[in-house]
Amino acid sequence: MNIKVLYFARLRERFGVSEEVIELPDSMAMVAMLLDVLRARGGEWAQALAAGQNFRVAVNQDMAAMNSPLEADDEVAIFPPVTGG
Amino acid sequence: MKISVQEADFDVGAEISALRAGNPQIGAVASFIGLVRDLNDGSNVAAMTLEHYPAMTHKALTAIVAESETRWALLGCTVIHRVGALFPTDQIVLVAVASSHRADAFAACEFIMDYLKTQAPFWKKEQTPDGERWVESRNSDEAAAGRWG
Repeated sequence: MNIKVLYFARLRERFGVSEEVIELPDSMAMVAMLLDVLRARGGEWAQALAAGQNFRVAVNQDMAAMNSPLEADDEVAIFPPVTGG
Repeated sequence: MKISVQEADFDVGAEISALRAGNPQIGAVASFIGLVRDLNDGSNVAAMTLEHYPAMTHKALTAIVAESETRWALLGCTVIHRVGALFPTDQIVLVAVASSHRADAFAACEFIMDYLKTQAPFWKKEQTPDGERWVESRNSDEAAAGRWG
């Protein structure tokens, strides 16, 4: 299944990409598994998304958790803690 | 409720007038205005850029205001958050809440700001004499949001 992934702020700059489509096996339909796929790229991806790093994930524009489920064509956003206001 | 995410500045007086227009039940309006400071974390700030996640910002702000409406008796709410290039003394955000009595208006205004600070997808990047830097989130903001339970 295809998942649209967006990156914002510092993470967008570190990765050098603002959005992409990632094909995940249907058996990996969870935020944590998408992150594993991204970490496997190594380099900035492995560092910025390592356990203990401070980042947030939203699924279809709602804040999500590591165990949030994913479905085909979901929009996942990965970004640093927010700093508005 | 009125929610707006915009590059343009806003007129606080006009917004509050519109918020309470024609409703004699309103006995109190509490408002908060966030501004760009010229000093942050020990560095001079010449300008800042506010980035956001357009598809999510309006949805997140609407959800925060809706949550406040379940906790307090509100008679209207306006939230305006600017994005793009901003400079010291510029207005960044307005939260204005109308209610029959002040306690609900004060509490809801503070709640909305505390949640906005930790839930709404905005990011500030500052231009300082040492170059550009992303503003770090503060643990005190998480603590402020957490106290509402």
